[in-house]
Parts: sequence; C-alpha cells; structure tokens
Amino acid sequence: MTDRRTGAASVRADSGRGPRRWSAARLPRGLHPGAWWWWALGLATAASHTTNPLLLALLVAVTALVVVRRRGDAPWALAFRMYLVLGAVIIAMRVVFRIIFGGGQGEHLLVSLPEIPLPAWAAGIRLFGPVAVEQVLGGFYDGLRLATMLVCLGAANALANPKRLLKAVPGALYAVGTAVVVALSVAPQLVESVLRVRRARRLRGATGRGMRALRGIALPVLADALDRSLALAAAMDSRGYGRTAAVPAGQRAATGALVLGGLVGVCAGTYGLLDSTGSGYLGLPMLLAGLAVAVTGMLLAGRRVRRSRYRPDRWQPAELLVAGCGLAAAALTLFAGSVAPELVYPPVSPLTWPEVTPLMLLAVAVAAGPAWLAPPPGLPSTRPPTVAVPVSDAMASTRASDPVTPLPGGRA
Amino acid sequence: MITFDRVTVRYTDDGPPPLREVTLRVDEGELCLVAGRTGAGKSTLLRAINGLVPHFTGGTLYGSVIVDGRDTRHHPPRDLADIVGVVGQDPLSGFVTDTVEEELAYGMEQLALPAAVMRKRVEETLDLLGIAELRHRPLRTLSGGQQQRVAIGAVLTTHPRVLVLDEPTSALDPTAAEDVLATVTRLVHDLGVTVVLAEHRLERVVQYADRLLYLPGDGRVVDGEPAAVLADVDLAPPLVELGRLAGWAPLPLSVRDARRRAAVLRQQLADTTPPDPTSAPATTPALTARKIVVRYPGTVAVAGIDLDLHAGRVVALMGRNGSGKSSLLWAVQGSGPRHTGTVTVPGGGGRDTVDPKNLSAGQARRHVGLVPQTPGDLLYLETVDAECRQADRETAASAGTCRTLLDRLAPGLPGDRHPRDLSEGQRLALVLAVQLTAAPPVVLLDEPTRGLDYLAKRQFVALVRGLAAAGHAVVVATHDVELVANLADRVIVMADGDIVADGTTAEVMLASPAFAPQVAKVLAPAPWLTVEQVTAALGPTREPA
Repeated sequence: MTDRRTGAASVRADSGRGPRRWSAARLPRGLHPGAWWWWALGLATAASHTTNPLLLALLVAVTALVVVRRRGDAPWALAFRMYLVLGAVIIAMRVVFRIIFGGGQGEHLLVSLPEIPLPAWAAGIRLFGPVAVEQVLGGFYDGLRLATMLVCLGAANALANPKRLLKAVPGALYAVGTAVVVALSVAPQLVESVLRVRRARRLRGATGRGMRALRGIALPVLADALDRSLALAAAMDSRGYGRTAAVPAGQRAATGALVLGGLVGVCAGTYGLLDSTGSGYLGLPMLLAGLAVAVTGMLLAGRRVRRSRYRPDRWQPAELLVAGCGLAAAALTLFAGSVAPELVYPPVSPLTWPEVTPLMLLAVAVAAGPAWLAPPPGLPSTRPPTVAVPVSDAMASTRASDPVTPLPGGRA
Repeated sequence: MITFDRVTVRYTDDGPPPLREVTLRVDEGELCLVAGRTGAGKSTLLRAINGLVPHFTGGTLYGSVIVDGRDTRHHPPRDLADIVGVVGQDPLSGFVTDTVEEELAYGMEQLALPAAVMRKRVEETLDLLGIAELRHRPLRTLSGGQQQRVAIGAVLTTHPRVLVLDEPTSALDPTAAEDVLATVTRLVHDLGVTVVLAEHRLERVVQYADRLLYLPGDGRVVDGEPAAVLADVDLAPPLVELGRLAGWAPLPLSVRDARRRAAVLRQQLADTTPPDPTSAPATTPALTARKIVVRYPGTVAVAGIDLDLHAGRVVALMGRNGSGKSSLLWAVQGSGPRHTGTVTVPGGGGRDTVDPKNLSAGQARRHVGLVPQTPGDLLYLETVDAECRQADRETAASAGTCRTLLDRLAPGLPGDRHPRDLSEGQRLALVLAVQLTAAPPVVLLDEPTRGLDYLAKRQFVALVRGLAAAGHAVVVATHDVELVANLADRVIVMADGDIVADGTTAEVMLASPAFAPQVAKVLAPAPWLTVEQVTAALGPTREPA
C-alpha cells in the first residue's frame, strides 16, 4: 500500500546540479543552528581579545547587520533588540561604578564630586571624589567589551532556531532533548489551565485569595496536568517512542555505569583543576579520563537508539562559510593583537586616540561575510496564529437572509 | 487482521471485568464501529488492540490479542507502532511536537525510516488529508477539526494496517465532524486500512460501518451487521428509532435508505402537522443583553450581539468551533471579559435591574449561573458530599439544599465517591446542582453533552426541560443537532461573533441541511424534527406500515 497513495510525488530541490549550482545553494532556507553559534562564538572571542572601542563598535555594527539581514520572523528572532538594550545597560553600569568607586587616577580631571568620607576600616574604598577622563574611559572600554560579547551571543540566539539546535543533539541525549521539547510545550498549557480554572472558580462565587483558593485552583490544574501527561505518554508509547534495538541487559548496565562513572570523573577532575592544593593526578588527567569514559558510554548508548531524523540540518558549504567567517575573525583579531598589542589594547593613560589597523578592518569585513554568504532565512516557520476558522459552505448557507438550501425532497 | 481470543480484562480483583471472554475477528479493510454506554469498556477494547491494555494501563489481560500475527502479550505498544495507529479523543493532548510537519514525521522518526521516505510520505499525507496549507502552522493554533485530521495524519505516515480512533468527532461541530469522517471512510475505501472506531453519536457514522461491536456493559461484546445489532439495542440513533416506529426491516442506517422507504410514512403524516412549539408567553425577559462586544488580541469574538432570554424557555446556541459561543456566555454571566454592551437582569433588594458584571462573583451567580465546558474545573473536594456541603455554605443555603437538587438531577449518586471518579453525565449533574444551589433564574450551559451517550442525553433533556418548567431561562451551547431538536424552543446560530440565524427551532433547523436533524431530512418537506413528535402524531391512529 506504500505507493498507492495519491498526491504530490517527492519533488526535491535539485541542489548542486548543473551550472545554477550556486543559485540553488542560495535558495532561502534555515541555516544549521550550529553554524550560527560557531560564527557568534568566533566574534565573541574576537571581542574578548580587544578593548579598542572602534573595533568593538564595528563588531557590534556587523553583528546587527547580519542579524537584520538574515533573521526570520520567529519570536526568538525579535529578542535581539533586548540584547542591545542589555548591552547599553552594562556599559552604563560600568561607567557609573567607576565614577562612584572611582579612585581618581588620571591627570585629566573631568569634574570634581564631593567625596564621602568613610571610616578607617574601609580604607582603599573611595566614594565619589574627583572624576578623571581616564577612569571613565577605562570603564567604558571594559563595559563595551562585555556588551559586545553579549550582543554576539544574542545574535546567535536570534539567528539560530533553538528547537532545531535541540534536534541536533547526539543520539544518546535524544531522550533528554525530547523531554525538554515536551516541557516547553507543556508550560503554556499549564498556564492556560490555571487561567481557565481561576476563571471557572469565579462562577462558584469564590474570590481568588488564601489557602482555600490555592487548593481550589491547584487541585483541578494538577489533576488536569496529570491526565494530560498520561494521555501524552500513551500517545508517545503507541507511536513508537522508546523502541530500542535488542540490547542484552548486561550491556545496558555497562553503558549506564560508563556514563555515570565518566561524569563522576569529570566532576572530580574539574574540582582538582580548580583546587590548587589537590594532588596532581586529580586535575587535568582525571578530567580528560572522565571525559573519555563518559563519551564512550554515550556513544555506546547512542548505538542503542534506533531512530532517524526528518529533514536533518546538514553542514553544507554555506554553513562552513558562516562558521569559518566567525573563526577567521577571531584568528585575525588575535593575530592583530600579537602584531600591535598597543593598538588592540589602546592605553587610557596617557590618553591616546584609538586607531584601527588594516588587519582589524579585515577581521571586521570577514565577520560581516554571513550577511551575504548565508542563504536568506526560510519561509516563516511560525505564522502569526490565526484564530479565524475557514468558512465552510454549509455554515455559510445558514444565514437567515440567504436563499434556503433545499433539503432532499425539494423543500425550498 | 485483529483477533481477540477469549479475552478477559480485569483492573481490580473484585470489580466486574470490563471485558469478559471476548472472542472476535476483524478482517482486513473493515470499518468496525464500537458502540456502548459510557463506561461499558469501549476504551478498554480499543486500547487492547495495540497493547496499551495492559502494558500501559495496568490490570490483567487473560486470553490473547493478535494483530497482524503479533501477540500483544509479547509486543508492547511501541513495537506495534508500525501496524496499529491510535488516535485519542483529545488530539491536542497526544501531540508531541509543535508544528504540523514535525508532528507528521514524529512516528516515522521513531521507526527509523530513511529521510527520503519520510519526506515523501509527509507530502503524500498532507495531500491525502487536505492539510497541505497548514504544514508550517503551530498545532495549538489549529481548529478542532484540523487538529483531529493532523492527529490522524500523524499516525498514517507510518502506514499502519489498522487505525484505532477513540471518539474522533466528540468535540467537533457537525461540519468538521463530516470532514473527519469523510477522511476516515476514504482511507477505508482507497487504501484498505482496517478502522476500529468508537463513537457516541451513532447517527454520524453508523451508515459507513461494515460491522458493529456493541458493548452492553456486562463484559460481553455483541458482534454483527449494524442494522441487525441495532434492532434490539436501547442505544440508537433517531433514524433507527424512526425505522422501528414505522416497522421497517432491515432498519435504515442512512438518510437515503430511510427516505426511500418513507413514502408511506410521509403519506400517513400528510394530514397532521407537528404541534406548535409552546408559544412565547409575553413576559418580561429574564435577561436582556444589548450590543455585547468581546475582543481578544487580534480577533473579535463577539461583535455586538443583542440577546433576550425568557423564563421557561430553552435557547440553543449553535455555530462552529470558535464562533464566539463561549465568549458570549461568559460575557453575559459577568465573569468573562466584556468590552462594551449592557446586560440587565431583574434586580433583587428593591432595585429595578442590575448588571451582573457590577456585582461580586458571589452575587452574580445568584442571578446568572454558568456551567463551563469543563465542569470538573469547579470541583476540588474529595467527595460528592463535601462538594454539596461547600455549595450550601457558599450560598448560605440551608443544609442539604444542594444534595436535594442533586438527587432530583441524578438520583442515587453515592455521597462518598470522588468527583473525578464520576461518569461525565454524573459530574455534569453535580456541577449543575452546585450552580443551582444559588437559585439563579438564568442558567447557561456551555457544551454540556460532550461525551454523553444516548441515555445520558435523554436524561439531560428531561433535566433541562424540568429546569425550564420550573421557570428558569436556559441557554445550551452545543454542536449536537439531534439534542437541539429535542430540547430547544429557540435556536441561535453564531458565526464569526455575529448572529446569523435566530428563530424557533423548526425555522432554523429546517432551513439548512447542516443543521437539519435526521428525522427532518427523511420527512422533508413536512416540518417534523423528532421521533417523539412523529410518535405522538401517529400514536392513537397508527396502522402498521
């Protein structure tokens, strides 16, 4: 019965064939979320290795350009503005803190605020007092660097579909990914139930306060949620969730032990690495060994999971280009830092105008690449919810003024 | 295809088993209808087919169920996913992903089908069910009928040989239900899928069924041709009742069958006319609403509606899902949002009229009582008795008021039962009793007959008529055409927040095939609506046809 279905034959975009290869690759589609994250992390790395305000400002501008040109219209894509605002807040905070707990180093006095005298035990802390340009500028540079890194991560959030990222988790973590997806869809349902029950309780004349109200709302909502999760579990079970390849119990236990043991090793290793008094073997070697064991366990566990992915995101040339742009930008900035450190970290004292070298400009230009190299975003993945239901003919004919549709038998 | 061999299911050791020694066979390509009262074991039977009973629900299953050669004793539901597709009552609670396309692919991903096959089947299924334009839509924004079709599509993509549907149309308006059932019959005829389908509203499906499995409620399953089984079953659609009345054999299952035999009956009825509905007593309205507007972000739910409700009359509010019925009821009651418009009810305590919206919640329910779509939302105590006592306290009524009302509505409901263990009909009665304790002159019921079987519906009709006779003004929002024909004095049809038809039941229901009850379709052009009317007309002078 497989092939008796009527309907559209499988028409697939014949990408990568013939002379129009390049234009086919640039058809609108969503880019692999990993590519955007690599690009964004590359830019964030570049930003973390400089305090040059011109370079940082250019990086923010480039990030914004790419986001504006390549984001979709999904809700998360609109959050980029929020990251910009947050960045501005960070800069303002850094500057304000420098003014309050100034220190007054620097020769170019901007303004002199009255100092608040502190008791002797608070020596070393100064409140207000003279404000120097160097001091404010230092705070500004610092804040700008932090803000730029934040904006880069915000760009990744705006450009990469978080759900597609979850779908790209390795097989062993598939169950965790599913749980997260289900939880994400259940949360709004829970809110809906609470609102519905609260509204319904008014019908019994209940006012919404106190322990009794809590009980009156919580019990129906929880019962509802329980019913719904049972229905969901039954549905998932009958649709094949959790089908596994036949694995002997011994091997199952072994993979479990490997993953758990490995994770314990990772914890111990991290602790050893951070705790300088620990013995040597507890540090890096332990961390690496634990990591290796855990990864082996996960790979083994992943082999048990037998499932496939619908329309998986693939690493295509565009993805490689985008990720490459980010990494190249980071590498160029690092290189610029080793060539001319005083230009990448412009000193605030003595005051100097920040300069931009050709190498920095190249890094920025490369970072801007995805604005043109990445294919345009796909068709809207989530249209605004339409509440109106398509009008059906049968209903339309019930309008009182309409000519009456004859019933069988010819009543008119 | 499906074989039950002496199957007995027990959930508890002492209680009666829902299925007892059931032996039956469903052959390939059959559309098999499962009917029976609420709680008769329909869901148990359906869930046994893919092993959810007992693997998921617990309990003990004796005997064996074999589907396409696989024994459910050794294959849990997930291992039967490639043969049996199950669609539940509420599609939304069974969705795992959040867009249509991903939901269609989910089952195939679990079966590890290659990506190319998945891509092809998703496209085919979108076309087969006519939902291609919905492919990117989030599932939560779909209408009920669309959701149900997506749910069917989501199990079809794995190409199951058997499709199990548990009340697929219970929450749908008549037109959406038609769509879903048309899809199901198309699957049976074009693809040879075996379908097992449970449904309360037999009038919608029985004509398409090849077999009828009737569960009388004592653990047995009566198995046979639909017409033969329905001949002596107390659970019957109006057509079958009409057929019994007229003495037709075999019983008609579709309007077409019935019309072809009804010539004699139409002649007999030619001289009589159905009794006029109780003519409207010119009383002052019990509730007057003017220019009601309810808006939600992005949509107008109710667009300036005028409504008069009179004591002693039952008004049915109809219209497709999302046409604004619930919003109107909530706005009139005063608990829901209302942007403009006025509602007035005769006031107590010396005032002429009051608007329930301006009263406290406790006062408003003394004027207008509303039973919401999910009545269980109002119940939160452990026992029926506790709920009744709480209801008395809330309204400062004398002790036992609520219990007395409940005994009138649903006699003999055990007081120590947990409200969640009641059947749908019993729970509805309890909530209605709780709301009536406040003695509101106006009673609004939002979709009260969801999940009620014919007998429970008959009781419900008697109950509502009793309320009307006692001087209440009643509004029932419903999709159920047959219920409206039996119950209402006046019908209002809404669409897109507007009233599109308003008139006596006969006027509105006879004007359109979508709203005409079966009896009207058979006996048109004469204006008969219900079997009851025909019985009364034929009653004394009736000769065997």
